[in-house]
Amino acid sequence: MTLEPAAAADVWNALSAPWGDAIMQRALAEIMLLALVGGVLGCWIVLYGFSYSAESLAHGLFPGLVLAALSGIPLLLGGAIGLGAAAIAIALAARIPEIGRDTAVAVVITSLFGLGALLALAPASPPGIQTLLFGDILGVSDLDLVLAAILAALALLTLRLLHGQLLVVGFDRASARPLGGRPLLVEVALLLLLAGAIVVAVQGLGNLLVVAVLVAPAATARLMSRRVGPAMTLGVLVAAIGGVAGLYLSYYAGTAAGASIAACIVVLYILALGWSLTQERAAPAPLEAA
Amino acid sequence: MSGRRMTESVVAVSGLAAGYGGPLALEDVVFTVGRGERIGVLGPNGGGKSTLFRVLLGELSPLRGTVEVRGRTGTVPQTERSRLDYPVSALDVALMGTLSRLAWWRRPGRGERRRALEALAVAGLAPLAGHSYGELSGGQRQRVLIARALVQDAQVLLLDEPFAGVDEPSTERLMSLIDRLAAAGRSVMIATHDVEQARSWDRVLCLNRRQIAFGSPEDTLTREVLEATHRGAIVTLPREGTDGEGWLRAILPVAHHEPER
Repeated sequence: MTLEPAAAADVWNALSAPWGDAIMQRALAEIMLLALVGGVLGCWIVLYGFSYSAESLAHGLFPGLVLAALSGIPLLLGGAIGLGAAAIAIALAARIPEIGRDTAVAVVITSLFGLGALLALAPASPPGIQTLLFGDILGVSDLDLVLAAILAALALLTLRLLHGQLLVVGFDRASARPLGGRPLLVEVALLLLLAGAIVVAVQGLGNLLVVAVLVAPAATARLMSRRVGPAMTLGVLVAAIGGVAGLYLSYYAGTAAGASIAACIVVLYILALGWSLTQERAAPAPLEAA
Repeated sequence: MSGRRMTESVVAVSGLAAGYGGPLALEDVVFTVGRGERIGVLGPNGGGKSTLFRVLLGELSPLRGTVEVRGRTGTVPQTERSRLDYPVSALDVALMGTLSRLAWWRRPGRGERRRALEALAVAGLAPLAGHSYGELSGGQRQRVLIARALVQDAQVLLLDEPFAGVDEPSTERLMSLIDRLAAAGRSVMIATHDVEQARSWDRVLCLNRRQIAFGSPEDTLTREVLEATHRGAIVTLPREGTDGEGWLRAILPVAHHEPER
């Protein structure tokens, strides 16, 4: 099938139109940087079972963000302080003997998120503070882009250096130490990177949608790949494709950009899930004779 | 004493006591392991086998006594402990043995890959190097973990219940691999709670929170030692279908003799 030259030009115009806009260019740059982080860091988050931690961290730092926005201090600082406060609250709540650790996390995080929402949606709060919940990827500043670039570089470098450690500890934490693995070191490093990624990404994607980029692309890749390296490449691709598709959707359908990106990534996840279900039956049996 | 007595000892443990802060998990442990010796470590669950292995791996410091190990100690844990959905190949797992040998910022290169492939070949797994670890059978996974210890260049391999949940043909392959490793000069310690299994090794170390006995299987695996090791009485049952030649030994835990209360 060939397209008429005029039709091809129309398609090209439709595809290229959004990117003539400086706002869309920035949004694209931001989502590409976050896709790099989400695809690679996300793989370890999924493999280490830290997805719930990611969700909790994002919600736990919300009051910090809101207070920062209300008092005019940088959001990054407010987010970091909020994260510290959430960590302390969880550590204290986990010591209450009657409730388990999971329950402690759930109680603290829900309380903090409720507190943040109360502050953000209070009549006295300036309008626009709700963007902290849903983000404003079309409003990213130069500073946001620089921060995202620093985060991406730092995350990729750290994960590259710790790759062997992460692989060994994730495989079997209990017998990692005799092999030279250092479980505490890699888990703390992973959680610090996760916290940094959330604080940076929350400005573009908002508190509720940040997890969509940090967890969903890697979860999608996990369904389609049986090795860590390819899963990371695939995770970055899924996040990038979801990001671009989401921006198109937002541009032409007039939907909220962050939510459109999250929705497109989730659609990719569902497609991958369907594909993996058809593959399961076709998987070859291992050679028993060797 | 066994005929395979070695002069050069690779492991020398004397007066060892170890624990985790509460009551001692293990005490009065005195034994040596020679180069190329296969040692069965027999004891019930909680008898101190894992504690001894953790001390030999340097993970747990002895509370009393001395432990000398010449060369590296390699761990071969039970395969259920590792995650079967983890996205790695048999080769990737074998390469994990290079972690302690490489500087922390370096990743395995061509030389390390060759070593790992050689170790997999020793374990009889060369054709499966590219297969996903989780898709292998229990016995194959166990041999991948042995290959990983070989990549570490472990002189002493500590196998934790390697035959648990492994079928008969796989057991035979595993046994012959252990024999080949020993013949090549590596020492192997095999934790087990199976008396028949322990009988096949050069020497047996019986543990039940302390050392019950250590020596050749013929000298060591007596009724008294086994009763002390498993803290129960042993009954002997005639094996069906034989004319009194074969006997089955069963251990009746002490609790079974006490009135239910």
